[in-house]
Amino acid sequence: MMRAWLTQHGFVFFLTLRRLIATPLTSLLSIIVMGIALSLPAGIYVLMQNLQAFSGQMADSPQMSLFLKLDTTQDSIEKVNQRLEENPQILSVRFIPKDAALQQLQQSSGLTDIAASLGRNPLPDAFVIHTQENTADALEQLRLTLQKWPEIEHVQFDSAWIERLNALLDLGRFAVLMLATLLSVAIIAIMFNTIRLQILTKRDEIELSKLIGATDSFIQRPFLYFGALQGLAGGATAWLIMVLAIRTFNEQLITLSQLYAIDLQLQPLTMMDSISLLLFSGWLGWLGARISVASHLWQIEPK
Amino acid sequence: MIIFKNVSKRYPDGYVALNNVDLSVASGEMVFLTGHSGAGKSTLLKLIAAIERPTSGVITISGQNIAQLKPAAIPYLRRKIGFIFQDHKLLFDRTVFDNVLLPLQISNFDHNTVAARVRAALDKVGLLKKEKAMPIALSGGERQRLCIARAVVHRPAILIADEPTGNLDVEYARDIMALFTSFNQVGVTVLIATHDASLLEDTQHRILSLKQGKLAT
Repeated sequence: MMRAWLTQHGFVFFLTLRRLIATPLTSLLSIIVMGIALSLPAGIYVLMQNLQAFSGQMADSPQMSLFLKLDTTQDSIEKVNQRLEENPQILSVRFIPKDAALQQLQQSSGLTDIAASLGRNPLPDAFVIHTQENTADALEQLRLTLQKWPEIEHVQFDSAWIERLNALLDLGRFAVLMLATLLSVAIIAIMFNTIRLQILTKRDEIELSKLIGATDSFIQRPFLYFGALQGLAGGATAWLIMVLAIRTFNEQLITLSQLYAIDLQLQPLTMMDSISLLLFSGWLGWLGARISVASHLWQIEPK
Repeated sequence: MIIFKNVSKRYPDGYVALNNVDLSVASGEMVFLTGHSGAGKSTLLKLIAAIERPTSGVITISGQNIAQLKPAAIPYLRRKIGFIFQDHKLLFDRTVFDNVLLPLQISNFDHNTVAARVRAALDKVGLLKKEKAMPIALSGGERQRLCIARAVVHRPAILIADEPTGNLDVEYARDIMALFTSFNQVGVTVLIATHDASLLEDTQHRILSLKQGKLAT
């Protein structure tokens, strides 16, 4: 029984492949249309994921800089360090002595000459802390608390841009969702029409099959396979478009990265995302075929 | 095997094709159904295969009341029947072999034996050498025989033929009738609708004649 079932499905699978290949141009065009339609939201999704990762690096454990007063003594620094470490809201504490800060300034910004010309080190000692909290309110609260400590001159924390970025990302996600929904409906419509035409051209075969005892599921199966396979091929095309686009984009980014001495690279689709894309596109094709079959097959009743 | 009790069929346009028909065909019997065109022959055959539903009455096939059959059960009734259609209903997009293969694919036959079964059926009707031909290349008689091969390939218990010698020469028609007789001899119940009087001249089988929707035995 199981073997008969497998044989039946295997047969339909290859029959469907043959049908796809039998009309290569039509199949190819449909697949490309589906691929492009899917790659649009998928592409924006990848951009969003990259921005998300970028902002996540910043926002997941927000960083605050505490600048001490210039005349702070070594004892006071120890005390501040201890109090910071004891605070449960703070994940890590790093002390940057003013000498180290000056050295870093000389090395990194090419201001060696200017720094050397300064009579004394103008930089304060500083602490860099990472916090547990990442909501704007909690961070603002912490900033105010720390600001009141007598040893601390200034607490620097800029959360506004992360807030804005996150808000933009939310908006972007919503746009992706809308675009994906619209294009999914378009793909279902394309598949609906493709299957409708197929059913029309196979009218004789369907009518005869019904007359000699074919079940509805037997008659539907090749059309559903066709929808799913073509959807899958469309998804694979979208995936290919994405991979090529990201590769090309990253090649362009190399120049930019070198100019700005930073690491700019678009991360490609993850394995999970790729599989989701393929499954989703296959499902869309199947769904379009399913709706088409449901609304057309019953009209063909043998007389 | 096939029992009609008070069966009537009225089409939606008001035309009464069958009017209170009672008949009974025993298992393994061969029966002719005659009458002028429009006498209700085709309707009667279609009722047996549940292609049409009766307006009233009871139709029983192998003990199963098919007037009350659920739509999902109809395919399994039709698999018990080999139907030879008046208009053949051959598929012109595939070979002779594949035309005969279709009923086996539909009823999920064992993959390893289907080819042998198809060839046996083609051999029976004398079309084995044409298995790779397309139906368009066949003569009228060959098409009729292809239709018969397709109807018997899944070894149905009942064989129904609607005007099987319709527009064939007398000689071809005799061949076809000999085929039906040979199927009947191995136990198949055969029901043949025809208006061809020459077929009925020297038959020993029962003849049912329909006149304006009524049986006149």
